[in-house]
Amino acid sequence: MITPLLCVSGLTTEFQTDEGLVRAVDGVSFDIPPGGTLGIVGESGCGKSVTALSIMGLLPRPNGNIQSGRIDYRGEDLVAADNARLQRIRGNEISMVFQEPMTALNPVHTIGRQLTEVVAIHTDQSPAEQIRTAVAMLQRVGIPAPELRMTEYPHQLSGGMRQRVVIAIALICEPLLLIADEPTTALDVTIQAQILDLISSLQKDFGMAMIMITHDLGVIAETCEQVVVMYAGQVVEQGSVFDIFDRPKHPYTQGLLRSIPKLTDIPKQPLDIIPGMVPSLHDLPVGCRFANRCQHRAAECDDAGLTVDTVTEGHSVRCLKWRQL
Amino acid sequence: MSAPLLEVRDLKMHFPVKSGFFSRTKARNFAVDGVNLSINPGETLGLVGESGCGKSTLGRCISRLYQPTAGEILFKDANLAGMSHRQLLPYRQNIQMIFQDPMESLNARHTVGEILEEPFLIHGIGNAQTRRQSVSKLLDTVGLPGRSASRYPFEFSGGQRQRIGIARAIALKPELIICDEPVSALDVSIQSQILNLLMELQKEFNLAYLFIAHDLAVVKHISDRVAIMYLGKIVEQASSNEIYHRPFHPYTQSLISAIPIPDPHHSATRILLKGDVPSPISPPPGCAFHTRCPKASESCQRDVPILKTVAPEHIAACHFAEAP
Repeated sequence: MITPLLCVSGLTTEFQTDEGLVRAVDGVSFDIPPGGTLGIVGESGCGKSVTALSIMGLLPRPNGNIQSGRIDYRGEDLVAADNARLQRIRGNEISMVFQEPMTALNPVHTIGRQLTEVVAIHTDQSPAEQIRTAVAMLQRVGIPAPELRMTEYPHQLSGGMRQRVVIAIALICEPLLLIADEPTTALDVTIQAQILDLISSLQKDFGMAMIMITHDLGVIAETCEQVVVMYAGQVVEQGSVFDIFDRPKHPYTQGLLRSIPKLTDIPKQPLDIIPGMVPSLHDLPVGCRFANRCQHRAAECDDAGLTVDTVTEGHSVRCLKWRQL
Repeated sequence: MSAPLLEVRDLKMHFPVKSGFFSRTKARNFAVDGVNLSINPGETLGLVGESGCGKSTLGRCISRLYQPTAGEILFKDANLAGMSHRQLLPYRQNIQMIFQDPMESLNARHTVGEILEEPFLIHGIGNAQTRRQSVSKLLDTVGLPGRSASRYPFEFSGGQRQRIGIARAIALKPELIICDEPVSALDVSIQSQILNLLMELQKEFNLAYLFIAHDLAVVKHISDRVAIMYLGKIVEQASSNEIYHRPFHPYTQSLISAIPIPDPHHSATRILLKGDVPSPISPPPGCAFHTRCPKASESCQRDVPILKTVAPEHIAACHFAEAP
């Protein structure tokens, strides 16, 4: 058994809002081996981004708080770590790529300054070495004329180029773990293909582990080994990418896979749907959170105390009825 | 073959790019540059392209939110392109629009009932009582509870808001609806609900759709025919099945190969395009796609390819068009 690089257990994150306390992430557990790729898939509000921010220690304070659980990174609990320690890890050993490159980059600083800043904080390279490192990294992510780009500002680059810069900043210290939160959602299909291709080749070169957060099941199927399916703050199913796509057990995972239009479909046929909508986090049912949309709902689904069941080694599901489906 | 409901001929929309003290026109943005297309009654034409290709501008020209620079928009034999606002009024109820973000396209200060009543008021249809009945019938048609009429848009989820947008669009029984990215802001499980609703309404009211989107799987699912746009021009057009199984244009081929397939057993053979889409302010000479095209030769930098028939009911604009 390989020791996992990152082990999240029972992570529960709450936000103080005007309408009371909201539990955005509720008892989430998963782990990633060194060099592995884990996908977190779910719809808006399911808690996938809050999970990422909790790992990074980037929750908005004082409203957001990790209420309980552990985040063990190489034997160290990040939940208990102080800010100084987190700052040494962030951007150095664990990095993050955000969805919208225009908001992730600082508009009033040059690309070069934003890259060398990271190197300056985490290494003792001289300014000249920092510039060399930055230029080499820009070259590595496929930016033409990197020396020239160093002196330019984010608004002078296209969306795809900006996302390459964000990736360069995230990877410049060769992190052990990259968290990519919807890295291609804001991009066009042909640019998305370029960026996904770039991320996976860099991952191979650097041997880093990755958490890919997305709502796009196509991106998950192409990039990930392990998949976590989240719904209303909880993990509802977890397994290898083949478990999830070939043998999904949770009615939500099954419904999601059935409802997406596929290129192999016959046009103009009605799509399978998941009726209704996600319950509000302010008003969650005590039993199964998917029950109001589930076609297999039974009386006992509304009882409290629903636990996670193991299907096979590494494949688990949060559903009472999965054996009968 | 029946007469098309809509026929667009050589449509151009060039926006002036102004700058400087006197706001002089320094350049022109060739957003839509010579587009021909037609839509039959009850048919869906999908329009696909990347951001900045001019697909939304084309939709807004057809619904005459923009005054096109040149060309004809023939709707039931009337040319909408040069009409004044007053002349357009009788045609407005026949062509409606559904937008991407229903939060921005619905007036936040009006109740849903007021929003849905407005089209009837503008066109002077019915009295207060019949209008109320029409509103509750519309809500029912799009699958919203009747009590929604007294509530405000912010009280609804994204999918429900899009249902309100759809109800407003079908209120006056139009024959053509321009759908501009109607599901791209929605979650996966809600997206299929809205697509189903659009397909049901099409059958019920014999609606024609111009369905504009960047998601090819969605467009393929809902469309009878699909047109692919690149830098203001249509580069390929065919039936929905044909274009996915037998794309002739290198751009269409790479676009289809770039879609991530939700199947871990599928190994993608991708045609990765180099670089970004060029600016429509200074489109490349010759074939606009030659800067990124894996097949480009010298002649592509010089000669503009025209749309020609490559298979029955299948046109493509490429000097080297060939089936994959």
